[in-house]
Amino acid sequence: MENNTSRRDFLVNGLLATAAATATGCGNNPFAPEETVALSGEKVKLLSVDGEIIEIDKAFLKPVPHMPPLTNSEERKGIEGKKFVMVIDLARCKNLKKCQEACNHAHSLNPGQNWIKVLSMQEAEESAPFWQPTTCMHCDEPPCVKVCPVDATFKRQDGLVLIDSDRCIGCRFCMAACPYSTRVFNWEEPILEEAVAAQPYSCETSMPQKIGTVSKCDFCPDMARMGELPHCVTSCPNGVFMFGDMNEDSVTNGAETFRFSELIKDKAGYRLMEDLGTKPSVYYLPPVSRNFPYESGLENLSPADKQSH
Amino acid sequence: MENSPSLTKDQIIQDLLPQKFGKLGMIWTYSLIFICLIGAFAYYRQLSKGLVVTNMGDYVSWGIYISNFVFFVAISLVGSLITAIFRLSNMKWATPLTRIAEIIAVSAIVFASLIIIIDMGRPDRMLNLFLHGRIQSPIMWDVIVISTYFVISLLLLYLPLLPDLKIMIKFKERSSNILNKLYLFQGSFWRGTAEQFKISERAITILCITIIPVAFSIHTVTSWLFATTYRPGWDSTNFGAYFISGAFLVGAGGVVVAMFVFRKFYKLEKYITEMHFEKMGRIVVMLSLLYLYFNINEYLVPAFKMKSGEEAHLKGLFSGEFALIFWFAILIGMIIPILILVFKKGRKPLPMFIAGIMIVIGAWFKRYLIVTPTLLHPFLPMQDAPAEFHHYFPSWEEWAIAMGTLAGTLLVITFFARIYPIIPIQETITEQDETCMSLPPTKRHE
Ligand code: SF4
Repeated sequence: MENNTSRRDFLVNGLLATAAATATGCGNNPFAPEETVALSGEKVKLLSVDGEIIEIDKAFLKPVPHMPPLTNSEERKGIEGKKFVMVIDLARCKNLKKCQEACNHAHSLNPGQNWIKVLSMQEAEESAPFWQPTTCMHCDEPPCVKVCPVDATFKRQDGLVLIDSDRCIGCRFCMAACPYSTRVFNWEEPILEEAVAAQPYSCETSMPQKIGTVSKCDFCPDMARMGELPHCVTSCPNGVFMFGDMNEDSVTNGAETFRFSELIKDKAGYRLMEDLGTKPSVYYLPPVSRNFPYESGLENLSPADKQSH
Repeated sequence: MENSPSLTKDQIIQDLLPQKFGKLGMIWTYSLIFICLIGAFAYYRQLSKGLVVTNMGDYVSWGIYISNFVFFVAISLVGSLITAIFRLSNMKWATPLTRIAEIIAVSAIVFASLIIIIDMGRPDRMLNLFLHGRIQSPIMWDVIVISTYFVISLLLLYLPLLPDLKIMIKFKERSSNILNKLYLFQGSFWRGTAEQFKISERAITILCITIIPVAFSIHTVTSWLFATTYRPGWDSTNFGAYFISGAFLVGAGGVVVAMFVFRKFYKLEKYITEMHFEKMGRIVVMLSLLYLYFNINEYLVPAFKMKSGEEAHLKGLFSGEFALIFWFAILIGMIIPILILVFKKGRKPLPMFIAGIMIVIGAWFKRYLIVTPTLLHPFLPMQDAPAEFHHYFPSWEEWAIAMGTLAGTLLVITFFARIYPIIPIQETITEQDETCMSLPPTKRHE
């Protein structure tokens, strides 16, 4: 079924392209060089795809667009063949909040908005406290997606739960539904740099934020498309976050790479609130044989939380 | 019937045709308009600055707008109770109350929809509900059943009004030109032929039957907005029945208050009699007991187990931050009204009126307690968020808007009572005739 549609799409698109080519008309050979360039005489050395060093005139250099822009339906579909997963090693976290900083910066979040929260957890009075970074869990049974009336928050085939801020009506039902309190609302007009604000909204970058809509951690699929890791993963000096693909059964924090299934088995990984049946894509490794004492993270508590400690 | 059989048709008409407001009525109307205007100004501020003018936050993401919404949906259920359920069970005595109940239902449901739009972060994208609506979301269910309920309620208000419109058109001199035009526009096609009556009767019966499941749906679905989430205090299978019983109670309370006010200011003692209060009083006691029963279920069973998630929530209600409002709502909204109304003396108009007010106010706070405290007890600790998100007390804009919508509801009811007869004239006459027929011929008048 899936195949059929894509073949039909392909055919339709092909036909349209041909039609367009004929329409734009004579003289416009699509295979002719785009434009004539005046040579500058200045040469630059480049590495070709085959690994050879080549030299070309500087005039031929053109800025390559970062990524071809994706259509909304591509963004809703996801990256083919992937099933993203994250592992968070609680034994390594000391509440440095570098992840939060990098994330907030990369997504131009306004003060008071945190997609990543590092929580001070203690299961029972006598048990040891520990630091627990929480992201969006990208559940396989996402309660937020179930309740959204307009399909503004949706589940993709690569496992991600993303938000279309151009569609969200701001009812906040998803915030009530999310047991992990991961969602953040734009109560006021977000303050953004002009360059960011001018971009069209993308579900994959979750930018620019829009007033009256929700937002949350998106697992940085824009980075994944470029073959890079999410900002939290790369910014954590302690390698707490490991990101990867369930289908490849591997996760990495940049420095170390693990077989996901083995890591979870060896270190007794678990997910949060398993009993709710949300089936999160984030696994936690228990805070045993810790690298840092809990107390070392206390100085980084946010001012609001300091009082309650 | 307790209506004294000596009433003539003309007298009934003269008594029940809409009357001009006195001084008090004017003050009342203007105050309501004033409150609405403040609300409108607050909403203007919210529109220009965003929801930041409220005191909601990422934890308490629903505040008094939503509790007000639940209140409106709840009170609107009374339309179906008094018009449909009483009618189908042949409780004829309630006829004079049907229009009061129906206009409460219609105006409450209008403002329920309005406050939901006010609560939206992007009201400008409201059409997305139709362009991209997804049927799996309880919000869509609510949109569907509420609009259905609105249409049926409106028809149930309109159809029985037709014969009365004819009467009003006949008594032109009683109203201004504009009103007469309105009556003509709405009801000039009604000739009052036997056939028209038959069709209208049939239609009303069908509507009465359909409105009952729809009414149950609107409030059940509204309860599901909460019960379909995992949160302690909401995650309850009791919620649908709990909401519906509460809804019938607050609606009945509202009708009692309206009965008293209309009776007093429109001098309707002959039509809304002590018998009506007596009977409504019994119904209210029964509904309060029913609601109390569901409350005990709702709180006692989780309190017995004290699961850790529920514990913080329940303690906040029983003895913590919300204890004052909680016990206020339980006492004022249920226990004291029951104590007043179980006694025959309590079922006289004035004590009934006081009990009715208590029920309505208690119910409003009860809705607040259903929405807010739960949100302050999420599963994961509230950390790494601005300090102001850890508490919730509505901002002045929220109060102004909420009160503005409440005033708006009253205003719609007030205008309605000014323009249309609040007690069905034709039905009263018909019933009067029927009663006369059953009397021995010597006692018949005319
Ligand atoms: S706030 Fe936006 S994303 Fe969340 S449920 Fe409402 S419309 Fe959907």
